[in-house]
Amino acid sequence: MKKSLSVIAALALTTNAAFAAPVQITWWHGMGGANEQVINQVAEKFNAAQAACAITPVSKGTYEEALASGIAAFRSGEQPNILQVFDAGAATIISAKGATIPAEDLLAQNGHKLDRDAFIDGIRNFYADADGKFIGMPFNSSAPIMYINTDAFTKAGVTPPKTWEEFEAVAPKLKEAGYVPLAASQLTWMLFENFFSRNNIQMASNNNGYDSIEGTTLNATAPEMIAFWNKLKEWHTAGLFGFYGAGWADNQKPFEEGKVALWIGSSGSFGGLSKTATMPFSADFIPYVAAIGEGNKSSFIGGAALFAMSGKPEAENKCSADFFNFLTTTEIQTFYHQATGYVAITKAAYEASKAEGWYTSHPVAEVGIKQLLLPQGEWSKGYRLGFYPQIRAVEEREFNKIFSGETTVEDAFKAIETEGNELLAKFAKTAG
Amino acid sequence: MTDVTQTAPGLIRRWIARATARPEPAKRVQFDRPLLPWLFLAPQLAVIFVFFYWPSAQAISSSFYIEDPFGFGSTFVGFDNYTDALGSAEYRHIAGFTAIFTVLVTAFSLGLGLLLAVKADQVIRARSTYRTALISVYAIAPPVAGLIGMMLFDQHIGPFVKLAACFGWELKVGLNYFDTAFAMILVSVWKQVPYNFIFILSGLQGIPQSVREAALIDCKNGARRFFTAILPLLAPTAFFLLIINITYALFDTFAVIDVMVKDKAANNPITLVYKVYLDGFRGNDIGGSSAQSVILMLVVLVLTLVQFRWLERRVHYG
Repeated sequence: MKKSLSVIAALALTTNAAFAAPVQITWWHGMGGANEQVINQVAEKFNAAQAACAITPVSKGTYEEALASGIAAFRSGEQPNILQVFDAGAATIISAKGATIPAEDLLAQNGHKLDRDAFIDGIRNFYADADGKFIGMPFNSSAPIMYINTDAFTKAGVTPPKTWEEFEAVAPKLKEAGYVPLAASQLTWMLFENFFSRNNIQMASNNNGYDSIEGTTLNATAPEMIAFWNKLKEWHTAGLFGFYGAGWADNQKPFEEGKVALWIGSSGSFGGLSKTATMPFSADFIPYVAAIGEGNKSSFIGGAALFAMSGKPEAENKCSADFFNFLTTTEIQTFYHQATGYVAITKAAYEASKAEGWYTSHPVAEVGIKQLLLPQGEWSKGYRLGFYPQIRAVEEREFNKIFSGETTVEDAFKAIETEGNELLAKFAKTAG
Repeated sequence: MTDVTQTAPGLIRRWIARATARPEPAKRVQFDRPLLPWLFLAPQLAVIFVFFYWPSAQAISSSFYIEDPFGFGSTFVGFDNYTDALGSAEYRHIAGFTAIFTVLVTAFSLGLGLLLAVKADQVIRARSTYRTALISVYAIAPPVAGLIGMMLFDQHIGPFVKLAACFGWELKVGLNYFDTAFAMILVSVWKQVPYNFIFILSGLQGIPQSVREAALIDCKNGARRFFTAILPLLAPTAFFLLIINITYALFDTFAVIDVMVKDKAANNPITLVYKVYLDGFRGNDIGGSSAQSVILMLVVLVLTLVQFRWLERRVHYG
């Protein structure tokens, strides 16, 4: 609150003081640490590249906080020009027609052309409407990938697994070598949502929620899901899977310290991990279940997109459009991709990085893109589920209970499905 | 400091007396112009209106609707939000934890504050050093206290975790429900003890020396003297602190909880007010969250009424 007030004050000052100064626009985002620095650099590059507009990025904390601040600001008419909204919040903002100007319309109105085909396949649908029109501008996209402590595998004399079956085979040897074989951050994204996409299983009715919000139900109790989580629980009991709670860093830290052999994290973790890891590491795709037979499909993208908020003057909207256009340039995409580890969102940026030899020196940076470029299954395009941040909270609660032994896998997923469906029904009412 | 202890409960008592008193015939007129008292009251009334009545009214009205987060459309649903909340096992579970949490935090922080104050009151040598050391914790902001707690209880590097391991207790804050609850209660109590300490200490200093001496003549048992003479004289302070501590445990521990669960509540213990925040600001469910805050408001209202109605009668103001 304080932050937003001071920003508003600062804005008011700058607009009053400088009469012929560039049009000021604001960009609220949910990045911190190293990634926030890169966002500031992107803004500086935009401001230096042209004189008509000046963008000010403001970190609002986490993704959830950025969305909550954006909503609160919109309700009181103080919304920023551009708001970063994360994957799970996509349905909330896209269903609120009138809160945003669809990115594609905004670009077209201001004389820019958006070429849908320029974007990597896995990224094109997630923030688009049913017809494929871009509502949000894909920005920082990531894929959950598996990081590999190469020392651990050398010591245990085994090769990193591609499938969960292979994991089960090598895990005891890793344990013998003195490692916790597996840890994962944010199980909701890694081993729930992306279990659907990687194994091509339907996540929700109504075409994963894309077709309609009315009557959408969650398919949490899919038998494949239950079977996999029972395995996970078994591995946890046997000391083959380390679970350190719902916090992201709690699960990343033991990997950085070299205690864990495999850690499932975000492709966007790469930048930070390069600095904090105490041992050499590589990465590969998140494993799939070979027995399901549909596996090794592309994953859902994670990360976030940028949304142009409505209710802003034309001149400012023009600047937002210019900025969106600027972001898709190969130069900026390549810079952002290489500085953060988020995947390149345009094919051109991917090709440019390849030509530069970036992946020869940083092979891990390519893993996320390659995973998104895998053949798409019917159910790997994405999901559009209302109140999904709350549904994730239910998942987090139940997952904790599974590993503390308070509930069984079957009951946990039944609870996720029941409470998830209640929330989805409630969301349908808000939109109605 | 003595002033505050004397007047704060006294004020409350006078409010109650005024509210329950029968209208006095021929009351003395204190202001010539009828507008003047309102003018003096205006700043306070404005603050209460803006920060309490207006938001409360908004909460009550939106608790009957299910609303689109961005405020485009809302559907009237009657008491659905209330029945949803009260009917959910999860909500009742959190309510149960909140009750236990409040009782424990209040009891321990009052008890420890009292113990430390009584002991510090008797110290002659270096008394100000002791007092400063005990009071200084109060200067720590709740989020910072939470952060310190989080570091002390970190699964990988926390000294408390290592200490507990020496006794064979595998402390897993953030993973094990009871361990997390333990850590939260500990940090919340630690944060609140100095506050109680300050008030009780000044309360103790407000007890006249003559009374103490008289008690000493009558009874040489220190513990008995404390319970029969000192404690009753501390009652006004204690009653005031009881209300403050309950409010603290219910509401002000928010920051401690927020920092300690690292915004992923998962299966960790949380209090009702944190649930209001999670559903409203994280989940964007404004109707449901409003209903919960109205429920919470009613709980506090009832609690306060009970305290004033039954407990305050037993408090003797000197």
